[in-house]
Amino acid sequence: MKKHRQYLLLLPGLVILLIFFLIPLIKVLFSSFISEDGLSFKAYKQFFSDKYYLIILLRTLKISIITTLICAIFALPTAYFISLRDKKVKKILLAISVFPLLTNSVIRAFAWINILGKNGVINKILLALRIIKEPIGILYTDFSITIGMIYLFLPLMLITLVGVMDNIDADLPEAAESLGANRIIAFIKVILPLSLPGLVVGSILVFTGSLTAYTTPQLLGGNKHLMLSTFIYQSAMSLGDWKSASSISIIMIIISLLVIKGLNILNKKLDKREQE
Amino acid sequence: MRRKNYFLLAISLLVFLFLTIPLVIITVTAFGEDSTIVFPITGFTFSWFLKVFNSSSFINAFILSLKLALIASFLALIVGLLASYGLSRYNFKFKNAIKSFFLSPTIVPAIVLGFALFQLLVLTLNLSIYTSLIIGHFLVVLPYIIRIITASLDTVDISLEEVAWSLGMKKGKTFLKIILPNISSGIFAALLLAFINSFNNIPISMFLSGPRTSTLPATLMNYIEYFYDPSVSAISVILMVLTVSIMFIVEKTLGLGTLLE
Repeated sequence: MKKHRQYLLLLPGLVILLIFFLIPLIKVLFSSFISEDGLSFKAYKQFFSDKYYLIILLRTLKISIITTLICAIFALPTAYFISLRDKKVKKILLAISVFPLLTNSVIRAFAWINILGKNGVINKILLALRIIKEPIGILYTDFSITIGMIYLFLPLMLITLVGVMDNIDADLPEAAESLGANRIIAFIKVILPLSLPGLVVGSILVFTGSLTAYTTPQLLGGNKHLMLSTFIYQSAMSLGDWKSASSISIIMIIISLLVIKGLNILNKKLDKREQE
Repeated sequence: MRRKNYFLLAISLLVFLFLTIPLVIITVTAFGEDSTIVFPITGFTFSWFLKVFNSSSFINAFILSLKLALIASFLALIVGLLASYGLSRYNFKFKNAIKSFFLSPTIVPAIVLGFALFQLLVLTLNLSIYTSLIIGHFLVVLPYIIRIITASLDTVDISLEEVAWSLGMKKGKTFLKIILPNISSGIFAALLLAFINSFNNIPISMFLSGPRTSTLPATLMNYIEYFYDPSVSAISVILMVLTVSIMFIVEKTLGLGTLLE
């Protein structure tokens, strides 16, 4: 009895996860392979040969990659800026960054409907400046989804990077500067390499987050600009096409796992190169 | 050398404006008098807040979300405490694999989990939407709880327990009297993060929602598809005020840093 105590402690959690997590997922995996004539790759073949499906897949990848890149480009200098502030200012800036993360994503997408919509702020400004004569359709495009995604995930990248940059010895960039490097060189040669692990973690979070986010593409993309997540929901709930929903689910999981694995390998390689 | 400073400042300013302006606009539009959302607003009124407080569907959804977040978080806390203790205090085969398994619901996209649960719980097992929602949200929050609590258990010196045992205290009592008080701030942080994640969850709640059982975010999603009036802004403001209060409480008790880890 005493020897097996650990299993008793783990048992409730394991049983619940097995029944309500693993089994349903295995069911999804199986139903994506089952067709009238037994097991087959039919659903996947159909997915990769149908242009309609491929456009959705490419849109999803495109938006996720652009979101990750832009978040990285803007979060790097901003995170460095935050990490240089004194304690009090840093706290306030971090609070402003955390606040959107704790705010419901419906609200965060809704905010952009108000800005990008036909009667939205941007159209009003452009009309007032006489740049356009009629409201232009910015909402329900790939662009509006991408903006919404950047808005959703920029704080995540920011906080991850600040966490890493805070641990960099403040003397290092100063040492580089005293040896003649200017600030930009010091940032690129000293801060950037030391922040790489944070950049990788942040990129994984942002990329897999955008790949799988549902609310933002639903509210800002509409029914014509589907991403994989909104496509799963539509296939399952509106069209009753369980097989498609299942195969897209599996494809989505595989892509996120591949990206996580790939970026981690990249990180290890970069790490090694640094040490050599 | 000064120029670089201005460059950093300019980008940071841009980023912080980008992060805050959309939420400021929502807040302003919640007080607008027009029947649809316009910015800048033409008059000032509290009537959208009154409309929200008088709407039974919003209030019911809010209460459901609150109940769900509390129940799912506490159930996950109980299961998570046991599992975390087992993971941090014992060595056994496949320990790392089992730990990853406990954390894996965060790797599977929530939209996929929602779809999978809808098939099993609602279609196959015929469970009620309410029960299904509790199970779904339980799965979403369990990894957060296990991650935070194993981390805080690892900081508690194991010799504390050994002293208690050697003085004759039973294992269960040691856990309650010695360990729990030592990880109380970890438990608080875990519950808080679990609560926020359950309350804000959408993908699972979208799949698991019925005619009279729909969480607040799911209700909002459906509402926005058909109506475009400032009552959504008003709800947003109410939720943002709640978020600020939570952040304030966290800052005063644990420090905001704990939520970031």
